Amino acid sequence: MINFNFFVLPFTLGLIYVFLAVGKSWYRWIAALPAIDKVKLTNGLKHPGKIAAALREIFLESLIHRKMWKQNPLLGYMHMSFALGWFLLIILGNIESRYYSGTHLNAPYYPIFLKFFIHDKLVLFFEVYSVPFLFRFFMDFLLIFILSGLVLAFLKRKQSKWFGMKKTTSHHFTDRVAITTLWLIFPMRLLAESYTAGYYGNGGGFMTQPLGNFLVSLTPLPSDFVAYTMWWCYSLVLGIFFVMLPYSRYMHIPTEILLIFFRHCGIQPKKWYSSFSETEVQSCSRCGVCLDDCPMIAAGIQDSQAVYFISGVRDRYVPEEISQKCLVCGRCQEVCPVGISTDSLRLIKRREITSGQASDFRYLTNGHSGKGDVVYFSGCMTHLTPTIILAMKGILTRAGIDFIHLDADGSVCCGRPLMIAGKDRQANELIEFNKTLIRQTQARMLVTSCPICYRVFREEYNLPIRIQHHSQFLLNLIKTGKIPLQGHFSKVAYHDPCDLGRGTKTYEAPRELIGKVADLVNVREEREKAHCCGGSLGMFEASNSQRNLMTKAALDILVENQPETIATSCPLCKKTLGRHASMAVKDIAELVYEAIPRE
Amino acid sequence: MKDFGFTVQLDHSIDYDAKDKRMMRYVLYHEPSLDWCIGCGSCTATCSAGQFTLFNIRMAHTLLRRGETEKLKQELKKCMFCGKCQLTCPRGVNLRNVLLRINRAIELFG
Amino acid sequence: MGNRWVAPKRLLFSNSIKMDPQVIIIGAGIAGLTAAGALAEKGHHVLILEKEAQPGGHVAQWDRLFPSRRPGSEVLDHIRKIMDGRVEIKPGIRINGIIAHDQDFTVLTEEGTSYTGQALLIASGFRLFQAERKEEYGYGIYDNVITSAEVETVFKQGKKLLTSKGTLPQRVALIHCVGSRDEKVGNLYCSKVCCVTGVKQAIEIKEQLPQCEVFSFYMDMRMYDRHFEELYFEAQKQWGVQFIRGRLSECSEAPDQSLIIKTEDTLTGRPLRMIVDLVILLVGFVPEPETGKLVEMLGLSTGEDGFILPSDEHYNDNLTTVPGVFLAGAVKGPATISNTIADARAAALQIDSWLKTKP
Repeated sequence: MINFNFFVLPFTLGLIYVFLAVGKSWYRWIAALPAIDKVKLTNGLKHPGKIAAALREIFLESLIHRKMWKQNPLLGYMHMSFALGWFLLIILGNIESRYYSGTHLNAPYYPIFLKFFIHDKLVLFFEVYSVPFLFRFFMDFLLIFILSGLVLAFLKRKQSKWFGMKKTTSHHFTDRVAITTLWLIFPMRLLAESYTAGYYGNGGGFMTQPLGNFLVSLTPLPSDFVAYTMWWCYSLVLGIFFVMLPYSRYMHIPTEILLIFFRHCGIQPKKWYSSFSETEVQSCSRCGVCLDDCPMIAAGIQDSQAVYFISGVRDRYVPEEISQKCLVCGRCQEVCPVGISTDSLRLIKRREITSGQASDFRYLTNGHSGKGDVVYFSGCMTHLTPTIILAMKGILTRAGIDFIHLDADGSVCCGRPLMIAGKDRQANELIEFNKTLIRQTQARMLVTSCPICYRVFREEYNLPIRIQHHSQFLLNLIKTGKIPLQGHFSKVAYHDPCDLGRGTKTYEAPRELIGKVADLVNVREEREKAHCCGGSLGMFEASNSQRNLMTKAALDILVENQPETIATSCPLCKKTLGRHASMAVKDIAELVYEAIPRE
Repeated sequence: MKDFGFTVQLDHSIDYDAKDKRMMRYVLYHEPSLDWCIGCGSCTATCSAGQFTLFNIRMAHTLLRRGETEKLKQELKKCMFCGKCQLTCPRGVNLRNVLLRINRAIELFG
Repeated sequence: MGNRWVAPKRLLFSNSIKMDPQVIIIGAGIAGLTAAGALAEKGHHVLILEKEAQPGGHVAQWDRLFPSRRPGSEVLDHIRKIMDGRVEIKPGIRINGIIAHDQDFTVLTEEGTSYTGQALLIASGFRLFQAERKEEYGYGIYDNVITSAEVETVFKQGKKLLTSKGTLPQRVALIHCVGSRDEKVGNLYCSKVCCVTGVKQAIEIKEQLPQCEVFSFYMDMRMYDRHFEELYFEAQKQWGVQFIRGRLSECSEAPDQSLIIKTEDTLTGRPLRMIVDLVILLVGFVPEPETGKLVEMLGLSTGEDGFILPSDEHYNDNLTTVPGVFLAGAVKGPATISNTIADARAAALQIDSWLKTKP
C-alpha cells in the first residue's frame, strides 16, 4: 500500500529544506567554534549527565517555557501550548501512524496527513475505549490545546497588556510571512481533518467529527473536493513555514537547542563576535520580554532594547547610537527566557566600534604605595561622596585594622568604565598599573567601596589576594565582633547596584549587614529585578532628562513601603538617587558607622 | 638671504575661518548637550587623569570648537573614561558620550 | 459680602482689629511687611500670618546688606515703623487649607482658627539651599565648611570669624554658586544675590582679619546692579581679595582639619589645589516647601525652578491666575532686598486698586 498524493509535496519539500538549512547552520556554527570549544563540546557530548541536563533544560524552557510562566502565566501558557502541544502532536501522531500502518518506516508526511489516508475505521459506540478512539480523542485534545494558544497569540497582538507586556515587538517581512503561515497551520489542519471526517462520516474525534458533519452540511460544494483543497492548503502553509523558518525569527527554535547544548558543555561568550554569539543572536525569539523589563522604558526609550539590538546584529546593521543607548544594567539578561547574554553581546558590538581608538597612559609611571594588611580602594566616584570614605576609614580605624587607603589622593580608574565602552585593550593598561600598586602593598585583602571597581577587580585583575566589596567586609567585621554596634535605624529600603547585584550576585551580604543596624523593608522589585538608578556608566546616549526619568522610576519603587532611609552600596547610585529622593540616601558603610557608639 | 635684522614669526592667533570644524559639527550633532557648557572647569578639577597629566577636558572642548584638532588628538588619549566629570558637571553635559564621539570624529576626520 | 467695608478709613484711627481683615498676607519677611505698611497707609485692614515666632524673615538674620554695608536691621526698622500699630501679625501660624469662596479667602490654620479676607498676598519668600546636598563640598561633614548664612550670624553677634578649633583663619575660600546654576541639584537658575554677598563678605572678612587671605572661586561674577561692580572693584583694589575663575569640584579634610579644595584654575587651564582654613559656601535660593502647599491649595502654577509664576512676567508681575491672590518678593524667584521692597509696594498698589474695583 503506497500512501501518496501530490498534495504532500509542499510539506515534504519544505521539511527537507528546513532540515538541510538548519543542519547547514548547525554545522557552520559548530565548525566555526574555536578548537578549545570544540573539545568542550565533544567532551560534553560524551558525558551523559551533561546531555541529561541539556535535555532537561530543553524540555523546561523550550517546551514548557518555565521562565515565561514566571513572567506571566498567560504568556507562559501561550508559548507552552504552541511548543509542547505541537511536540506532543508529532509524537502522538507518529505512534498513531505506526499503529495504522503497522510499520516503523513511514514517510515523514504520513503521520501529518494520516487522516487523509486513514478514514475507513468505524468506531462504534461500544468501542469508546478502543485504541483508534483514544488516538482520535487525544489528537483532537492536542489540537484544541494548540488552537487555544493561537487565540491567545492573536489577542496578544491586540491586547498585549493582558500578558503583562506594555510593549510588543515589531517584525520583518519574512517574519510576517512565517507568522501568518504558522498561525494558519493548525486552523488548516482542523478544517482538513473536519471536512474529511464529515465527508466520510467517521474518522474524526470529539471535535473534528461534529465540526466536520456541520461544515459539510453547510458547504454547497462537493465536500470531498473541499476536503482535498484543505489538505493542499494545510500542506502548503506547512511547506511555506518551513521554507521561511531559517529566515525568520522561528529559526530560534532549532538554534536554542544547539545553544543549550553549547552552554551545558561549558562554552562561554567571547570578547569578540563568535559562533557562540551567532547562536545566541539566532536564538532570540524576539518575544519582547526584555522590552518590558528595561529601565529605559521609563524614559520613553523604545528603540535600543536587547530585542532590537539583537535584531540589528542579526541583520548585520546596528546604528552606533543603538549600541551605546543601553545602561548595561543586566536586567534583560535575568528575564530573557532563552538566557541570552545580552550585555556581553552589547559589549562585543561596542568593542567593534571603539577598540581602535588610541589611548596613551604613559603618564602613569611613578606608582608607589605604602604597605598594609588591608588595601582600601575607594574608587573614583567615591571621592565625590566623601561621607563613604570617612565612614570606611572610621570603621577600619575603630576595628584596629592595618589598612592603607590606596587612592587617598585620587584614583587611577579601575578600568571598567573603559571596558563598558568597549575599550578593553586600553583598560588593560590601567589594570596593569593598579595591579602593580596593589601588589606593592603586600596586603592580604583588597576592599573597595565601589561595585564598578569590585566587579572588574574580580573579573579581570587575577589578584592572588581576597577581594571584597565593603558590604561583605563590614559584615565580616560585625560577625567577628570587631566593631561594636549600638544605634539602630528604622525602615531602610535597600537599592541593589547593578554591578554588585546582577554583576557579581552579591545580594545577601548587604541585606544581612543592613539587618544588623536597621529594619530592612521590602522592595517590590529587588535583587535580580532591581531597577538601575539611571546613573549607569554603561549608558552613553541618554539625555539628562531621560536619566532623571529612570531615576524617578527606580525611586518610586524604592519608596513604596515608606522607608525613612534609602540605603545603597554604590557611590554612583547614592549620588544619582540622592538628587531626586525626598528622604536621606545613605551608603551602608555610613549606616554602620553611625551605628557605632562614639568613643 | 638678506638679513633684515628681524625674523618673521608665524602668526599664533587662531585663524578661525581656516580651521576644519567638521569634528566639532559631528560631535555637536551626536551630543548636543555639549553646547550647554559654561566653562566652569568642574570637570577638569575632578578629572582622574588631570591629576597626573596636563589633560584638560574643558580645554579639549575648546580646542574642538576652535578646530585645533592636532592638539586635541594628543590630549584625548589620556582620558581614563571614569565619568567623574559627568557626575560633577553643573550643566548636565553628557561628557562620556562627548569623549566617545570626539574619538569617533578623530577616526572619521582625523 | 463685598459691601462689608463701607468705610474702611475708620480703621486707620481705631486700633481694634475685631473684624475680618481685608488683606491677608502670608509671610512677615520684608516683602510681607512692606506690602502691609503700604496697604495700611492706604487705609486697608491687613493681617499677616507668619510661620516663625518672629517677623523679619531672612533679613532679621542678616548682619549687613550689600552694596551699602548698612545694617539689615536699619531697613527692617524702617519698614516696621511704617506699619507698626496698623497691622496685626500672627506668628507661629501653620496653614492647613485655603478656601476661596465668592471672591473671599478663608485661611485655615493647624490650630483650628480661620481668617477671612478679600485679598491674599503670598509673600512667603524662599529658603536657603541646604548645602549638605552638595556632599562633595563637605558641609555637615567637615567642621570648617560653613555657609554664608552662618558667616552673617557670626558677624551679627559681633563675634570674630574663627575656625572650628577657635583659631583665626589664615586663608578663607568663598565658593560661589552653591546650589545655584547646578543641574546636579536640580537648580538651573542663578540666585542673583550670592555673587555680591560673596564680595561683601570677602570685604568684611578682610575688615575683621586683615592678615587673612581671601579667595573667591567663581564661574561668572554677576555684578549687575547699581554699586555692585564698584563693590567688586573695592574688594580688589582696597582689600586684595583674590578671584579665581573655577568651580569647586571637591573638598577634603587634612589631618589638622584644614581643607583641601580642588578646582580648575580655568585661566591657566590647570587643576588647582589649595589648603584653606575655612570654606564659605555662598548658598542660593530655593523655593520654600511650605509655599508649595499654598500653590496646591490655590491651584497656582510654578515654573520649572519651583518658584510661583505670576500671570504675566512683564506687566502683571504681582498678579496670579487666581483673582484676588497676589505675589510679592522671593516667592517668584531670587531677588535682592531693594527689589523685594519695590516689588512689595507694587503688589500693595495692585491690591489697593483691586479692592477698590471689587463690587
